[in-house]
Amino acid sequence: MSAVDHPAPAHEIRERFGFWKRSYAMLVKEFIQLRRDRVSFAMIVMLPVMQLMLFGYAINTTPRNLPSAVLLQEDSDLARSILKALENTAYFRFLYEVHDVDDFDNLLKSGKVLFGVEIPRGFERAVRRGDRPALLVAADATDPVAASSAIGSLGMVVQTALKHDLYIGDPPEMPFEIRAHARYNPAAASSLNIVPGLVGTILTMTMLIFTALSVTREVERGTMESLLSMPIKPVEVMFGKIVPYVLVGFLQAFLIIGIGVGLFGVPLLGNLFLLALLSTLFITTNLSIGYTISTLVQNQLQAMQMSMMFFLPSILLSGFMFPFAGMPAWAQYLGEGLPLTHYLRIVRAIMLKGATMQNLRFDTLALAALMLLAMTIAVTRFRRTLD
Amino acid sequence: MSGGNGIAIDVKGLTKSFGGREVVHDLSMQVRRGSIYGFLGPNGSGKTTTIRILCGLLTPDSGEGTCLGYDIRRDAEKIKRQVGYMTQRFSLYQDLSVRENLEFVARLYGLTDARGAARDMIKRLGLSGREEQLAGELSGGWKQRLALGACTLPNPQLLLLDEPTAGVDPKARRDFWNEIHALAADGLTVLVSTHYMDEAERCHEIAYIAYGHLLTHGTVEQVIAKSALTTYTVTGEDLNEIAAALTGKPGIDMVAPFGTSLHVSGRDVAALEASIGPWRERSGLHWQKSSPSLEDVFIELMSRSKDNFQ
Repeated sequence: MSAVDHPAPAHEIRERFGFWKRSYAMLVKEFIQLRRDRVSFAMIVMLPVMQLMLFGYAINTTPRNLPSAVLLQEDSDLARSILKALENTAYFRFLYEVHDVDDFDNLLKSGKVLFGVEIPRGFERAVRRGDRPALLVAADATDPVAASSAIGSLGMVVQTALKHDLYIGDPPEMPFEIRAHARYNPAAASSLNIVPGLVGTILTMTMLIFTALSVTREVERGTMESLLSMPIKPVEVMFGKIVPYVLVGFLQAFLIIGIGVGLFGVPLLGNLFLLALLSTLFITTNLSIGYTISTLVQNQLQAMQMSMMFFLPSILLSGFMFPFAGMPAWAQYLGEGLPLTHYLRIVRAIMLKGATMQNLRFDTLALAALMLLAMTIAVTRFRRTLD
Repeated sequence: MSGGNGIAIDVKGLTKSFGGREVVHDLSMQVRRGSIYGFLGPNGSGKTTTIRILCGLLTPDSGEGTCLGYDIRRDAEKIKRQVGYMTQRFSLYQDLSVRENLEFVARLYGLTDARGAARDMIKRLGLSGREEQLAGELSGGWKQRLALGACTLPNPQLLLLDEPTAGVDPKARRDFWNEIHALAADGLTVLVSTHYMDEAERCHEIAYIAYGHLLTHGTVEQVIAKSALTTYTVTGEDLNEIAAALTGKPGIDMVAPFGTSLHVSGRDVAALEASIGPWRERSGLHWQKSSPSLEDVFIELMSRSKDNFQ
């Protein structure tokens, strides 16, 4: 290494476009580091897939293929029609057809079936006469959630079946007695509501953590000291650290929505471009908040804890877990301050209702305002010295 | 932009405290352009803090001065463009390759051809063939060399090196110093902190700092002359016995074994000679009056400053 033999070739320094060059330098560095960090990269892909499978399949308050039996005391067209309609909902799987009350009771008692329908003698005739006969439903209520939602959907399903198969014209009222809740879709699929919500929660969690760690990691590894001794400005550091993760967030959103549409049959009624645009806004907002966290804390552990502090209320108060309208006023005010609240409205409205920009102006503005607020705090909080 | 008179660093009365503890006290120093200035002192003496103040990473509580002609308080951004700072702890990105680290630095400083500059530096450092190796996987010596390369990449006028050779083997240390001398010959000013006496002797000028106070400065010869220390070197048998007997006697400030010889030093020549008098006649011992080594001077300064400031 003799400098005398090879004098350093002078490379010129140019001041033009300094902001872009320095931001770009930071961005390239972050990208390389992200690519090297295999575990984080695996998390980016695995997290949404795992959560979707859990929420979409495992955690499902509406039952599927409930083992069921029918006590058939009358073999009429109406009875057959009702059974077929029930089976079509995929809620019930009729394993047994019995004609004796004792057999029916035993099936339920032994747990071989969780659900039973009894069609009494003279049912069809009573319906046609308008007597409102009772369709007896017996459910194993040891799992009350599954039972109640199965019962809840029953009335609607049966009524639809009757409308299609037997009646000419609308029945004046429910032709028989079952308590039925008004449901939006006959199968009441929870995935319709959960998948768009998951886009928001997963993005919040990953985006928050990635940037929350980014600055503290530089401090802990000692690289911050030499970074600060170089001519880079806080805004440039922030841009360089945020931009790569916008793409990461975009990839995640694409993955979740893709699985939601492809696997869970969630409709995408609205404009895909609008969804992408507003998702990018939401991703950037979360990255800014994560970055702000990283300028407030001392080490990576604190960064994780603070991210969780932000993430939990986001889940609880945004309308992801509990209906927003059902919360007390103070909780609603808190919720309005969280980006997830606004994004949930946006993503549900676009996917399920086909909403346009006109409908979403307020939530878009709210997201943009939160993003600018976070960025301002981050840039002013970023320490330019080690004092 | 220059300090005009060939002075790269000119600071007066720098003071800095952390949590009520004064780390740097009323420190003034001048460093000539193109010189290698050694910064010596025990651990925690304020060397790193002073270096950080000089490159704008810390703001002094009081005091003022210029670095490359720029005010250290107001023009930190301008100073950063002209200064290469090599931190005590390896502070390049361990998960970036040699090439990627250098390109990152080149881009940050706005070099027109970042790739070309990185390529040239790799060649210059003798790292060809290792450019795709991750910086974290390099050996200690190569890491230091790479860090120095990253510092000098944007052609700075001043290098601040904070214990650059700590934990590096002698061969790598010598190469490193050859490189520093070559850079200084090209007109670069280098301020380097170190614990090693042999490195101190390679500097054009040195300063000794302890407990935040600058105790002495000048060339190695000046520092030794200023110490007014008289040293006798003893060789012979039973040196341990003599060392034990002499320690603490009037006029004897320091007794230090050096291999097969013993250095006995003191500032008061008369008292020193009176105390060693009885031993000088003893057979089997050879006494010789010699000048103190730099290490003698520093250890004496350190023990004295401990009494004054601690």
